[in-house]
Amino acid sequence: MNLLFWSWGILLVGGLAALFPGLPRQFARWLGCCSAVAGCIFGLGATIDSLGHGPATYMYPWTVPGGAVSLSIDGLAAFFLVPIFLIGLLGAIYGFGYLADSSSRTPGKIWFFYNLLILSMTLVVTAANGMLFLVAWEVMSLSSFFLVIDDHKQSEVRRAGLLYLLATHLGGACLFAFFLGAGTLCGSLEFSVFSRLATLPPIAASTLFCLMLLGFGSKAGLFPLHVWLPEAHPAAPSHVSALMSGAMVKVGIYGMLRMLSFFSVTPAWWGWLMIVAGLGGALFGIGMAATQSDLKRSLGYSTVENIGIIFFALGFWLIARAEGHTLAASLALTGGLLHIWNHALFKSLLFFGAGSILHGSGSRNLNRMGGLLGRMPVTGLTLVAGAMAVGALPPMNGLVGEWFIYRALIESGGEAQGMAGFYPLVLMGLLALVGGMVILVFTRLIGIALLGQPHHHSATTAHESGWPMLAPMMVLTGLCLVAGVLPTLLMGPVAAAGAILGHPLLLPRKEWISAMWLGLGGGGIILMIGMVVIVTKIFSRKGSVGSASTWGCGFQVPTFRMSYSAEGYVELAQKGLFCSCLRPQISGGRAISLFPGPAELFHRSTDLVLTRLYHPVFARSADLCSRLRRVQAGIVHLYLFYIFLATILLLGWVAHFQG
Amino acid sequence: MILRLLLHLLLLFMLAPLLAGIIGKTKATFAGRTGVPFFQLYWDLGKLFKKGVVISRTTSWIFRTGPVIGLAVPLLAALFLPFGPVGAVFSFNGDLIFFVYLFALARFFTATAALDTGSSFEGMGAVREVTFSCLVEPTLFFILIVLVRLSGSLTLSGMFGPTLVASWHSAGASLIIILVCLLVVTLVENCRIPFDDPNTHLELTMIHEVMVLDHSGPDLGLILYGAAMKLLIFGAMLVRLILPFSLGNFWLDLMLFIVGLCGLAGLIGVIESIMARLQLLRIPQLLIGTSLLSFFSVILLLR
Repeated sequence: MNLLFWSWGILLVGGLAALFPGLPRQFARWLGCCSAVAGCIFGLGATIDSLGHGPATYMYPWTVPGGAVSLSIDGLAAFFLVPIFLIGLLGAIYGFGYLADSSSRTPGKIWFFYNLLILSMTLVVTAANGMLFLVAWEVMSLSSFFLVIDDHKQSEVRRAGLLYLLATHLGGACLFAFFLGAGTLCGSLEFSVFSRLATLPPIAASTLFCLMLLGFGSKAGLFPLHVWLPEAHPAAPSHVSALMSGAMVKVGIYGMLRMLSFFSVTPAWWGWLMIVAGLGGALFGIGMAATQSDLKRSLGYSTVENIGIIFFALGFWLIARAEGHTLAASLALTGGLLHIWNHALFKSLLFFGAGSILHGSGSRNLNRMGGLLGRMPVTGLTLVAGAMAVGALPPMNGLVGEWFIYRALIESGGEAQGMAGFYPLVLMGLLALVGGMVILVFTRLIGIALLGQPHHHSATTAHESGWPMLAPMMVLTGLCLVAGVLPTLLMGPVAAAGAILGHPLLLPRKEWISAMWLGLGGGGIILMIGMVVIVTKIFSRKGSVGSASTWGCGFQVPTFRMSYSAEGYVELAQKGLFCSCLRPQISGGRAISLFPGPAELFHRSTDLVLTRLYHPVFARSADLCSRLRRVQAGIVHLYLFYIFLATILLLGWVAHFQG
Repeated sequence: MILRLLLHLLLLFMLAPLLAGIIGKTKATFAGRTGVPFFQLYWDLGKLFKKGVVISRTTSWIFRTGPVIGLAVPLLAALFLPFGPVGAVFSFNGDLIFFVYLFALARFFTATAALDTGSSFEGMGAVREVTFSCLVEPTLFFILIVLVRLSGSLTLSGMFGPTLVASWHSAGASLIIILVCLLVVTLVENCRIPFDDPNTHLELTMIHEVMVLDHSGPDLGLILYGAAMKLLIFGAMLVRLILPFSLGNFWLDLMLFIVGLCGLAGLIGVIESIMARLQLLRIPQLLIGTSLLSFFSVILLLR
């Protein structure tokens, strides 16, 4: 526990010191970065310590009503602390390079909020008191908001920030209601008494569940509460996007899991709600990711997809548990938990890569890239590895979590008779469809951005990023590979987290041996590739390597404009696969006459959940609220009258109830 | 295990190119031509490995990785599958998922290698390959699920094991349906008519062949060899489904398996001869239909 306090102290002091006015720019940068790195190293130490020595708790009184500084690092908390501190650490090193040539007048500001975000996320995860949890949650939301609007001179960044602020606070309001309800029903806001929630009548418990699904789901980016996510991620600096996508959205899932751990019995329909939202998000997210031409927006939608898969797994865990199918429940929970870690690793890697491309070529638009692999070899290699991981391709780590989820579905669908066996198999087909579409999205991303010819002159002058940016990406690539080839390394942390969630011995040893084989299979493909390369070298030693231009099928003057664009790549899928709600708005672009003049094509892909669902609802409520303007007349006398009236009413209330 | 490994590799390396020869010969017979010899692909491969490589100036290391992975994936995937009487070399609970995702790995690199050339033709092939595979993957999963339910095993070697004979008696209808679906998947995955035409390089409705336009020399050899092995792997599943019984003698069974594979190659040749390639936009419809059909066979089992 002491190590954790050290970590928080360093983060806070370093962040505040970097904020000090008049500090030399270079000094503030070094101070901010070093304090974040040191804080995260201490934090990782604290986490490993608690994983080794069992849970640690700490208690200190606090004057806030219902609150207490009550902290605890158990298996579940440690499971989430690792990715937060790890990505915080790598993000700090990356950010040092990324922000090197930023023209901001106060470089300390972003470091202060960065440190504060790490601090508040870890405080949320370790808090064992509702009030402390909410305070930390609010600090987390606000510090990430200030990070998102770092580049606030651009209007789209301000819009994204406002949307994020709205979403996070509407979610926060649900959480306030949740803790108010849970605290009243249990008699205290201490998590140690929250186990009384298990004895609640079904209606109260289900109301609480809906509140927490809304509250935590909006932070995690659960469909259809995800609308802020694809806007905020492109707006934020890339290392912040990585931290938000890799760690912060997971804090939402942590909250969900922590609260679910208090309910020992859960009705199956809770799981169904999570599955519907999760699978809807997975399909919607990956479909939207396919139509975005903004690299970071596309990655943001891919996060929506992955969060959907995690919620899907957790929902299936609840269902299988309610049906008494222990093995399927354990497999689903293991899959969901592993996917949390794996997604943290590969998505932060991808965001780092996207940031490196933005840094090197100056654009986030896929159509302004092309051929970057040659100019940015390390970034390109790590991005390809990240794309393989997100596509769940062996030998990378993405497959491990999904393998467990598929196993859970087969396990429960392979035996049950009748309708009970029907649903898991439908879900399996849909999950396979999502898996196929991920390949579509990420071959597009790699193919259009990194391969082929430059689509724009800015891509021809792109430069590779410096070592502070490349080193974290290489570390993450290595971790993705290791987690893919040796999945059993994660057995300990997963079992520790599972113990908190009511599965003391999460999985039989047999299942982990199968997972070990899965990893060995991943190793086998590396081995096989190596062998094919060597044998080919031996057999074709005499062969020379010449180079020529790409064969244009006889066409003499091929140009880069003839190769595929980001939009063209998904045209076939849009026509053949997608439902109409995912199709982008396209106008113009038709050349009709014999000698057509120049034509323009507009292609825009908007989030229909935002434009068709939220915009009308909010416009309508704004309309209704405008009627309240009569109350707000702007006359000082009237306000004095309100204050007077409120005082009288309060006095009367106190007199009535106390007297 | 070593013996099984050797037999697997022997079958893969020796038999795979022959299947392509049988298909070609069947098509030639239908067209009234003599056609190329059965062993033509062996000569082609030998010649390709002696040649030099010409690569496009726009390409990167991805371009040369594609063919290598195109061969490495079938080599590894085959080891998880029983070849007739020769049991799987490796197997673990849930290896069917690994099997499916291994082919996704090959697809990822074939498509990116095609995009690496910057050619619009090869981009077209890549787009079609990854788009259609979105619809093939659920079908493949449903097919495997039927076998999981029938055999009660989560390994490919158990699913294509001796329990298949009993399954034909208890759930023949489901097996016939998935047999049809598996044949469709085999034709799609191996770029055969009516989904793709392996002979017309320049046709704009091409899928697989157009992706490898720029590969030459040993790289092209790797691709052709890998494609032949992939056909053998899917064929092995089909043959095992059709001929699940054992004749009692290992070598007789092995002969039966090989004859079955050759017969399947002949069947593919016949299909290619008597059918025309589908219109491009019809392909997703047919694939969705196949998905539904395979799902129907799952429902038949659930009742």
